[in-house]
Formats: sequence, structure tokens, C-alpha cells
Amino acid sequence: MRDVGEMSYEAIIGLEVHAQVQSRSKMYCACPVMEDTGVLPPNTYVCPVCLALPGTLPVVNRRVVELGIQAALALHCTVAPESVFARKSYFYPDLPKGYQISQYDLPLATDGYLEVQTGAGVSHIRITRVHLEEDTGKLIHQQDGAWVDYNRAGVPLLEIVSAPDLRTVEEVRAYATALRANLMALGVNSGDMEKGALRFEANVSVRSVGETALGTRTEIKNLNSLRALAHAVATEIQRQITLLKAGGRIAQQTLGWDDARSVTFVMRGKEHAHDYRYFPEPDIPPLQISAAWVEALRAMLPELPAARAQRFITTYGLRDAEAQLLSADPEIAAYFEAAMAAAGDTVTAQAIANWITGEFFKLFREHELSIAQCRVVPAQLVRLQQLRQAGVLSSTAAKAVLAEIFLTGEAPETASERLAVLQLSDVAILQMWVERVIAANPTQVAQYLAGKSAVLGWLVGQIMAISQGRANPQQARGALLTHLERFRSTS
Amino acid sequence: MTSPADLTIHEAAMLLDEGALTSVALTEAVLERILTMDSAVHAYLTLTPETALEQAAQADVVRASGESLPLLGIPLALKDNLSTRGIPTSCGSRILEGYVPPFDATVVRRLKSAGAVLLGKTNLDEFAMGSSTENSAFFPTRNPWCLERVPGGSSGGSAAAVAAGEALAALGSDTGGSVRQPAAFCGLVGLRPTYGRCSRYGLVAFASSLDQVGLLARDVSDAALLLSVIAGYDARDSTSLPQASFDGAAIPRRNDLRGLRVGVLADYEGVGVQPAVKQAVLAAVATLADLGAELLDVQLPHSEFAFAVYYLIAPAEASANLARFDGLRYGYCAEAGTLEELYRRTRGEGFGTEVKRRLMLGTYALRAGYYEAYYIKAQQARTLIRQDFEAAFAQVDIIVGPTSPVTAFRLGERVADPLQMYLADIFTLPQALAGLPALSLPCGFDEQGLPIGLQLTAPALEEACLSQVAYAYEQATSWHTRRPNLI
Repeated sequence: MRDVGEMSYEAIIGLEVHAQVQSRSKMYCACPVMEDTGVLPPNTYVCPVCLALPGTLPVVNRRVVELGIQAALALHCTVAPESVFARKSYFYPDLPKGYQISQYDLPLATDGYLEVQTGAGVSHIRITRVHLEEDTGKLIHQQDGAWVDYNRAGVPLLEIVSAPDLRTVEEVRAYATALRANLMALGVNSGDMEKGALRFEANVSVRSVGETALGTRTEIKNLNSLRALAHAVATEIQRQITLLKAGGRIAQQTLGWDDARSVTFVMRGKEHAHDYRYFPEPDIPPLQISAAWVEALRAMLPELPAARAQRFITTYGLRDAEAQLLSADPEIAAYFEAAMAAAGDTVTAQAIANWITGEFFKLFREHELSIAQCRVVPAQLVRLQQLRQAGVLSSTAAKAVLAEIFLTGEAPETASERLAVLQLSDVAILQMWVERVIAANPTQVAQYLAGKSAVLGWLVGQIMAISQGRANPQQARGALLTHLERFRSTS
Repeated sequence: MTSPADLTIHEAAMLLDEGALTSVALTEAVLERILTMDSAVHAYLTLTPETALEQAAQADVVRASGESLPLLGIPLALKDNLSTRGIPTSCGSRILEGYVPPFDATVVRRLKSAGAVLLGKTNLDEFAMGSSTENSAFFPTRNPWCLERVPGGSSGGSAAAVAAGEALAALGSDTGGSVRQPAAFCGLVGLRPTYGRCSRYGLVAFASSLDQVGLLARDVSDAALLLSVIAGYDARDSTSLPQASFDGAAIPRRNDLRGLRVGVLADYEGVGVQPAVKQAVLAAVATLADLGAELLDVQLPHSEFAFAVYYLIAPAEASANLARFDGLRYGYCAEAGTLEELYRRTRGEGFGTEVKRRLMLGTYALRAGYYEAYYIKAQQARTLIRQDFEAAFAQVDIIVGPTSPVTAFRLGERVADPLQMYLADIFTLPQALAGLPALSLPCGFDEQGLPIGLQLTAPALEEACLSQVAYAYEQATSWHTRRPNLI
């Protein structure tokens, strides 16, 4: 709980997100975009254009423009009929041209929003602008000096800037998560933050509650995970509040985030702010986007996470929390729906949802795998739940079986037998054996019903045989008796 | 005048087709001329005689097989800001020391496909910034008509080479007059095509919204032929026009200009036009009237701002275009202990005075707080200049005036005074700012025997009209047949 003194401050947070656009080629040249696996030899996916050899010229990647428009539409933005690329000039070794081709006063799209859900309810976060630009290369520091790898130079980026509408760390996390889910659903971004496919910058200021003017803000750069984002924002809010309470003043600064030590550090002050000398890129004519093109792209928009979550609630009767979790990642959503199709009416949606959001997510984390690499096909997950529902597997046993088939890809029955976790004394399974023995031996059943009670022992023996000795004879005898009596009354 | 080196392209092509000349003999004659003349003229920065002779021999084989190409076996020169695969491309700058492009500029590729023989790379003002070729980091080029005088610039090497018989024609680039002004100074036809007519891919950028590949030739027919080869849409240049192709051969040749409305620039008094230039231009206008053209006075009221506009926009764009020269990937790289020092020393030592002056001008014009007052204002004025031309072309088909206010000046005469040097381009800036095609052709000589250029300007993509008018004028006069007296 916050103390009374802290309660009098509120944080004002805006986020800038750089999302790598999933296209085959770079933003302004034909070089392939390669996934940063960490083992790609440096400077192997480069050409005269992205190395900025003299005389080379940029050509805009049309597919990236289309993905950018779709992202803008998903974020309820207005797509500009004419947008302009601009040069952003600064000197740094990872920037081969000495300027980045970005967009400035006439971006691809403006004035959108994203609705995000937190414990406090739904927040409407405005999106100021969405624009296209290119990534830089990468500096590699080695013992023998600094080197530059330009494989990433020219990789397309979508920059999405929110208004300073976020007030809490929870909202920041929810916004970032929802944005990521939308971009993934669109196929615009891989969502892979460990590989730098999605990068955050946060603008943070605080002010007394009731104050309308904004406080001095700081900008935290290079936040490469949701955890780092949330942690850095929380740390910075606390730092600013502590400083103000002590009578200090906030300096306008650009900060970095030291993830290992969980502290921000000053990268540069206001006096060293860059003058990027923006001007319209003369090598690229203004980008004309017709209403017809926008509408064609709108018609091709896939189902977005918010709509999908709503559908999961209405169609499958899921709880809100699971519906949100399942709809964020398109592949997970597809898995869930495949499982529901395989299940028919045999298991509940909530049960399948619980498996995926609980055990699956835990296993993915433990094994650093994604759903795409999952060896358990949807039908097997359904079978597992059927066994669980039938009482053949206990809750603990079912989890153990899932962990096993997650690695082996076996059928749940096979793994269950090998792990010897089937509950053979269970009423349900005994019921099954009894039904099978009665069905298979009509002559003996008729003899018993005719009064030849000694046959009962023989029938119990049959149950012991098909259960390979694992049934409890006393329980088997009781179940058999009950069943035969019911058989007598109905026949 | 007995050397094949002095032939026009169409004369040489006829002799080659007749079998009276081989490309090897032609190329050897040109190389011979270079050998005797270039130690005085200094037109070339790089010569590639071996590959030129190989290309010539190959051209002779192709011709013998009955195949025909527009420039088959014709020896040409390239300004050294056009990228050439495997051949150094210096832009007349130390900062590109050791740089060898791994690709050909689109226009170079087009020349090669047309069968041209490429002799080498010609001198220029560093990064095409200049009007005399004295800003070359290596040496100044001299005017073949008078070796104490400049050939103009920045395509001075290309102009001097063609004037001296060191190439039959050459490519240059025109940002604010860099093809037309040297053509005027060297007694040649110089053409700046419509912006977007020729691909800029591989032309090392100076000012992207103004740069255009141009050409220097001995007569109008050669200019039209060369343009036919280098013009055309190129997907690698986003500012390339879809309707960029040009077919010079399809243009009907006219010996009279009846029905043509010629706009005569009436308002160039007071900018220090040399009397001989003024007289020659007036005489040329009279010749056009004799050929049947109707003369009308035209005004381009905002052209007086062209100078100020150009020297904001061109340096602003250059300040970004030349940022890539940091010594990290190619070219000159100074020894340095820190990154800051690396930038300071590489660029400080690699660029010459004029380039640094313009980079500072451009950087200043783009600074936050100055951008609106300078760059934006300049763009607004540029629009007005363009609109002046549109209004004028509602009345006339072509506009005629001088190319340069003066004839070739002496080496060193204007080096100390950049403003005087900039004024040499006063008549060639408006067309560049408006993206219009303009052509300079010989229209007389001053009292010292120095060539004078007449400039024709047409609406966008009306190069056919330009060459028709220029051709008719050329047929009525003999200025283009004069050659300098080479020592």
C-alpha cells in the first residue's frame, strides 16, 4: 500500500513502440530480412543500398506499407492520403547513410486508440501516430575494437506512439501486451521481444493529483521486454516522486535501463538533445494512399484479439481472463479452436482453456518453446481431458502425463500406461471393464441370470484378465453384481 | 581536322557502318589525342585504355556480324560522379580515395548495352559543387579553346574532353547548370533533361531534388541520340518518370520554325551580362525569327530569387547526402583515437573548402528554429519559380536566353570570391529548380574567340521540341562546326 504522501502524485506515461515489420525484404532495398538468431555472420545480408554506397537510392517496400496500413487500421487510426518520408540526420557508425529515412510531420497514420483492460477497468489509450522507418545496424564491441554489422540496417520498423494517457504500471503492461497481440494477429510483428522484434521507449512524468499541467518528463530508451518496461517505469515513477518529495526538481533527460541492476541511468541531458535536422526525403516522392487501397486492406484484416476474445466468451462460454490469454497469440487461439473442434461435446471449453493457459504456458516457459513447436496435437489434449473427466487420471496424474507427452508426442493412454498412473480402482474404469465383460460373454450372463450364481466368479476372473490383474477383485465383484442386477431388471 | 577523334557520333557511325573506319582505329585516334593533349587539358581523372580497346574490338566483331546498336563502337567519357563497376569513382574528392563501386550507374549500364566504348572518368568540381572545375581535389581542368581559362563546371572535364577530341561525347550531371554552362564555355551542345527522364541510380548525389544526368556532345543530333540511349524509367530511382523514354530518331527534323512561339527573356539586364554574349543571343533570336518563329517577350519574375533558393535547397540536401562519407565503409579514413575525432578528421581532411562551405550552409539552413525561415521559405519560392514557367509556357513553346552571363573566365579569377563564382550559374538555376529540360548550344564567339552558349528551355518532357528548335538553328548557322586550335 502506498502511504499518504505518495497518494498525492500521479504518473503520466506515454509509450513509443518500435515493431519490426515481418516482411521478406528490407524497407528500401531487396535484401532479405533475416531473423536475428545470434549466429548470422555479420554483413552477409547487405547490398549497395543498405550499405549506403555513393549513388544508391531507396525504393519503398510496398508490402511494408500495406502491413503498416493494416496495423494503423487495427489501431483505429486515420490513414493519411498522402504521407511523406523524411531524413533524420545524425552521425553514428550503425547508421550508414548518416540519416535515417523515417517519417516526420506527415506520418502514415494518426489519431487512433487502443482499449486496454486492467483490474481498474477499461482504459481508452489514444495513439498519436503510426509511421514507417528503417532500423540501424548493430555495433559489436570486441577486444580488438568496435565493429559494425549492417545485416539489420534497413530492416522495416513501424513506430507507434501513444498519447500520454497511461497512468499506472498496470496500464502500461496491459497496453504493451494488447499492442503486441494486435501486431501478432495482423502478421505485422513476431512479438519476439528477446530478439528485439518489439522495443519500447517510455516517457514518464509525475504530478500532484489535481494538477493539470504536465511535469518535466524523462525518456527511458531500449526497453526490450515487458518485464523491463514495467520494472523501469515503476522505478522511474518512484525515483521522480522521491525526488519531488525531497524538494528536488526533475531534469529533462534521456535515460537508459540497466536490467541487471534494476536502475535507470542518464544517457544524455537536455543540453545534448539532438537536432535531427528533419527535411522531406527528396529521393522518395510523397506516398499516395487511395481510399480504395485502404478499404481493400481493411477488408483483408484478420480477426483481432479483442474481437476474438469476445467470440471465445460468447461461443465457448469462457471466462474473460482465459479468453484474453487465448486470443492474444494467433497460434494459441488457433490451437484452442482446433481442440474445441476435436472435442465436440465431450469436454468443456473452460477445461481446455485451463490446460492451455495453465500447464501449457508453464511448459513453454520451462522448455523455452512456442506453441508452434508443441508436440501435443489438439486431439491428444482433448483425449487427456476425457481421461481426466472419466476419472481414469487424477488431476496430478494428468499433469504428469501432459508433461510426458509434451516431450514424447505420444498418445495420452500410452504415456499413462507407461507411467502406471491409471486409476484402475476407480468406479468409472471398472464400469468400463464390467460393460465389456458382460457384452463379450452373453452365454455366461444368461446362465447367471438363470440362477447359476457360480458363474459370477468366472466373470470376475474375466475382469481381472482384461485389466491385466490391476483391478481390485472386491470392487470388481461389487460393480459386476450391481450391473447384473440392473441388467436383470431391464431385460 | 583529319583525325577521326574530331568526328561527331553520327559521322563516325556512318563511317563505321560503311567499313571506312573501325572502332579500334577510332578509339586509338581518340586515345592518341588524349596522349598528346591531356597533359595540357587535364580532362581525365582515370583512363581505361585497355578496356576501351577491348570494347572497341568487341564492337568491331559485333558490327561485322551485321548487328547494329545505337552507340556501337563510339568512344565516350563519363563524369567521375557516375558509378562504374570496377573503376574508381572519386567525385573529384579525396574522401572517396580508393573507392571502387561494385555496380554501374543505370545510365552507364545503358551506354554499355548500346555498345559504347568507355574511355575513362573525367574531372569535376568536388561532388559537382562548382562552376569552373577548379574545386577538383586533384587538379583544375583547362579550356581547350584557351588553356588559361576554365572549361566551366562542374562537368568541366567532360566538356573539355569532348571539345579537345578526347572523346566523341560525354555524360555529365547538371544540378544547377553543371552541364549547360561548361557546354557554353567549350562550344558544345549540353543538355539537361527533364528531372526524372534519366535515372539517378549510381549518380553520386549532390542535391537529390535537382541532380539530373546530362550530356555533352558536338551537335544536336548527337545529343538527341545520346539522350535516346540514357533516358528511360528505372525502378531503382523512385523519382524516375514512367514516361521517361525518348526516341530521338522519331523526331521529325525541321529546317524552319513556322508556327513556333519563342519566348525571349527580357529581364536579364543588370546581372552583368557580357556585351558579346548579349549580342550573340540577340542575333540568335533574330535567326530564330528568320526561320519563321514568332517572338514574344516573357517574364520569369521570381527567377531573381533562384540564386537564393538554390543556395539553400542544394546545400541542405547535400548536407544529408554527404553524411555517409565517414570513412567507416569506404574511402578515406583518418587515424583517430575516438569516434568524434574520426568524424572530425576524416571529413575535415577528406572534403575540400567549397564542399565544407556548402555542408555548413546546408546544416545551418536545416537547424531547428531556422528550417521554416530558410528551407521551407526556399521551397515556397521554388514553387513560385515553377509557376512562372507554367505561366510562360501557356504563351510560348520554348524560352530562349543566354546560358551564362559571361564566356570562359581565367583560372583563379573567381576562386577567392565564391559569390562571383555562384553568379556564373545565374541563368541555369531556374530550370533546375523547376525540373525542366534545357539545352545550351553554340551561338557565337566573343572578341577573344571564346564560345558563347544559347540556352533553350522547354516544358517538362518536351526534349523533342528542344532538339527540333536547336537542330533548325544549328542548320542555319555554322558555330557548331568550329573546333578549338589545339597546340
